[in-house]
Amino acid sequence: MSPASQFLQYIFTGVAVGAIYGMVALGFNIIYNATGIINLAQGEFVMLGGMIMISLTNGLKIPMGVGFFISVGIVTLIGAIFERGAIHPLRNPSIMSLIIITVAASILLKGGAMFIWGKQTYTLPPFSSNNPISIGGAALTPQTIWILGIMGASMVALAIFFNFTITGKAMRACAVNRLAASLVGINVKLMVLFSFALSAAIGAVAGVIITPVALMDYDRGTLLAIKGFASAVLGGLGSNVGAVVAGFIIGLMESMGAGFISSGYKDAIALLVLLFVLFLRPEGIMGRVEEEKFKK
Amino acid sequence: MTKSKKSRLKGVGLFLCLTIFVLGLTCSYPVFASKQPYKVGAIFAITGGASFLGEPERNTARMIEEMINARGGINGHPLQLIIEDTAGDETKTVNAVKKLIYRDNVLAIVGPSRSGTTMAIIPIVEKEGVLLISCAAAEAIVSPVKKWVFKTPQKDSDAVRKIYEYMNKKGISRIAIITGTTGFGDQGRKQLKQLAPEYGISIVADETYGPKDTDMTAQLTRIKATPAQAVVNWSIVPAQSIVPKNMRQLGMKIPLLQSHGFGNIMYVELAGEAAEGIIFPAGRLLAVDTLPDDHPQKEVLARYKKEYEARFKENVSTFGGHAWDALWLVINALEETGPRPEAMRTNIEHTKEFVGTGGIFNFSPQDHNGLTKEAFEMLTVKRGKFVVLGES
Amino acid sequence: MGRKNLYAMVVLTGVVLLLPYLIGNPYYVGVLVFLGIYSLITIGLCLLIGYTGQISLGHAAFFGLGAYTSGILSTRFGLSPWLGMVAAIFLTGGVAFVIGAPALKLKGHYLAMATLAFGEIIYIIFNQWIACTGGPSGFGEIPRFSIGGFSLESDFSYYYFVWGIVLFVFLASLNLVHSRIGRALRSIRDSEVAARCMGVNTSSYKLKIFVFSATLAGLAGSLYAHFVTFLSPGSFSVMFSIILLTMVAVGGMANIWGAIIGTAILTILPEYLRAFEDYDILIYGSVLLGIMIFLPEGLVIGIFNILKEKISSTGALEERTLTAGK
Repeated sequence: MSPASQFLQYIFTGVAVGAIYGMVALGFNIIYNATGIINLAQGEFVMLGGMIMISLTNGLKIPMGVGFFISVGIVTLIGAIFERGAIHPLRNPSIMSLIIITVAASILLKGGAMFIWGKQTYTLPPFSSNNPISIGGAALTPQTIWILGIMGASMVALAIFFNFTITGKAMRACAVNRLAASLVGINVKLMVLFSFALSAAIGAVAGVIITPVALMDYDRGTLLAIKGFASAVLGGLGSNVGAVVAGFIIGLMESMGAGFISSGYKDAIALLVLLFVLFLRPEGIMGRVEEEKFKK
Repeated sequence: MTKSKKSRLKGVGLFLCLTIFVLGLTCSYPVFASKQPYKVGAIFAITGGASFLGEPERNTARMIEEMINARGGINGHPLQLIIEDTAGDETKTVNAVKKLIYRDNVLAIVGPSRSGTTMAIIPIVEKEGVLLISCAAAEAIVSPVKKWVFKTPQKDSDAVRKIYEYMNKKGISRIAIITGTTGFGDQGRKQLKQLAPEYGISIVADETYGPKDTDMTAQLTRIKATPAQAVVNWSIVPAQSIVPKNMRQLGMKIPLLQSHGFGNIMYVELAGEAAEGIIFPAGRLLAVDTLPDDHPQKEVLARYKKEYEARFKENVSTFGGHAWDALWLVINALEETGPRPEAMRTNIEHTKEFVGTGGIFNFSPQDHNGLTKEAFEMLTVKRGKFVVLGES
Repeated sequence: MGRKNLYAMVVLTGVVLLLPYLIGNPYYVGVLVFLGIYSLITIGLCLLIGYTGQISLGHAAFFGLGAYTSGILSTRFGLSPWLGMVAAIFLTGGVAFVIGAPALKLKGHYLAMATLAFGEIIYIIFNQWIACTGGPSGFGEIPRFSIGGFSLESDFSYYYFVWGIVLFVFLASLNLVHSRIGRALRSIRDSEVAARCMGVNTSSYKLKIFVFSATLAGLAGSLYAHFVTFLSPGSFSVMFSIILLTMVAVGGMANIWGAIIGTAILTILPEYLRAFEDYDILIYGSVLLGIMIFLPEGLVIGIFNILKEKISSTGALEERTLTAGK
């Protein structure tokens, strides 16, 4: 395999993985924007999306198109319940309390998943075919195209939502300044609920589209949450575009690192770059310092 | 007292009652006339990354406990299994072992599931003189031999030998190895590298990946660029199923050999078509249906498979078999010598021709594992099923 | 330090001294040894999080660095565990200094992520640098501590050794907290800007406490290594960093006593939960969630508040009955 094809192959891998990190990071951002909370249970939404889809498709034999929307719907509901149960009753939580609460919630969700689905790994049939397409000597799986396509569609849908609908604009208003938003009549509590639901939905979509290639088990959420968090921070907390771009960057760094430097240290390489960026530019690639100040 | 405080107290009270109730349930064991129960400890990685080992082991142990007590116990004494979950973590294992020894006063301990956790508790069992039969793979557990420590799984070095013998037969001399960075994968990698020169094999690529990684295409791309004639993967789930899938994605046609960790038909199902043709060494349990009827292990294997699958409604695996072998060794020793750990230990040490799921065991004071590489059979995947690898 | 704290300290010392004799069983004493080791880390973490208002999701890395340093030096290089311990302290302190200087400039979630990334990188190095650390398989046969010719083999002797250190560190921390420095730290937590205006050198204090908490974790690591005598990277993952955080949060972040209590609960609870096998993870998560939602300041402060309420309400009741009786 020529070095050029190798390079191309790493790009394909990095982009597929990066798309998922980007979607998880997006989920982090949506909640962060509306509430200032980092939801470390985000990874579990991804896991649940994949697992529920698996039960619907493999267990109940529901066609995948229908199953897709049902799984996303169920996880959205779970996200809403999570917000009502664990976040809503809090008075004035500190960052520490929130981190621990979301961690505790993720432990519970993981435990629940372990009971329902057991500890084994599951898979889904690929959306189209399994046969890779050869481009320039490198292999591209059709599922990667699906991942990128659905991700792109989700981003477009989100952009439309945040820019052209009243609810979306209301959520953005909460992100800028909660007090001002409530003063103009926006129901901030409702927006918080929506943000969790929306975040859960995105996580679920990511879970469904990644399972055919990466398989899924009850424990998958934690690592994804860490990588997604890293992407969100790298891109600048609060910037949706930054989150997605950073997701791709981390995915590409991982696969390039594995390919050219060392497969064992690839995660460390990506994290080192992250640390470097944070030390030089604390607000992330696309974060804006002034915005951070106004949020408080 | 305010209403909310009252309801909070009620809630706490209810919770406490529930806890006590559940605790009571889990502590119950069959009561026989007046004979004291024989307490045997079992420590497995029931949760955590090694749960694919610990769960079938725990299930098997429970199944045997029920069976023994249903038929009247061991010489009339009920068998009481005290099961602890290590979650694959050394600290938890150390605490669990101490509890079993100092608080529960068990006669013997079966497990742990992992090599790392076994190594962590060897000093304790040696110091206290407690019989330990581990279900972990590493050769280091019984080599050098320790007085109180035995193990039932086949040696990972033997698995590597079987693989290299096969390669010699097929004329494969340049291979790529790709392993997971877990205790199991790391041991496999060590053995692969150590034994390669002995069989004239040269390793042209040595890649690793993390146990939670879901995409190995980067590593496999590097391997694709080398003149490797075969790939050997040494890992646990889910990587065992992902590597063949990735290989297929990349259009790699060279054969894939796996470790004996591939011992469950589930991993074949996960990999789908990509699993066709995978070759690996394993205990004969997985291909018991294709064994000839006069094979000495066939009866034990068929019985275990039937009972396990009927009781737990899931596929049998070689891992549960290690617990079967370990616990039966303890039970047989108890039957012959009674509850005396020193005598039990000597009994096991001199056991010969014990037909287990992992193979036919022949223990000795120098060999606390009792298996040779003949315990392994080379299996392959044909049309989604495990079959014995024929001459082709 | 205040009379209350002094009395409590005396009671604690008494309890620590007598407990092994009352309990007797080596298993329980062993658990208490782990409790002591973890408390060293959580005391430092409590100072960092509760009093200085910073956050660290990577303290398991310092714990691991201490453990591996001490372990490797005493096995591979045959040095005495005491030297290993000293090396562990200096190494973790040094690393903390190098990482802390740039990292502590970050705030809130960014600092959390930076420490998380650091913790993960160190874990990966433990796992991958096989030549040095033995990789995922780990290594064993780490020697025990010995004082003079007497080797600290038994759990009892090690218990007193560890808890002696813990009590000393705890006393020192109590002193620190009730001093001028303690007040300076709290001012940083409440408002860094205001503190700076008052002339408090915030970056210097933050770094010093970060390094201090890291060295405590390194010391704890050394004690751990020479107790379990076997090390593998699995014990030092990000998950453990998070568990350390929960120990501090459950006990009470703004109170050092809370650190020990939280550690005690989250070390002893899993021992009981193990019997539940698969259910243990659910119960653990529920307990954690419950405590954080209903008693967000942690158990010590939360229960203290509940007790205060009860006392004042019964006081009011007594008054009413008195007048009614008349």
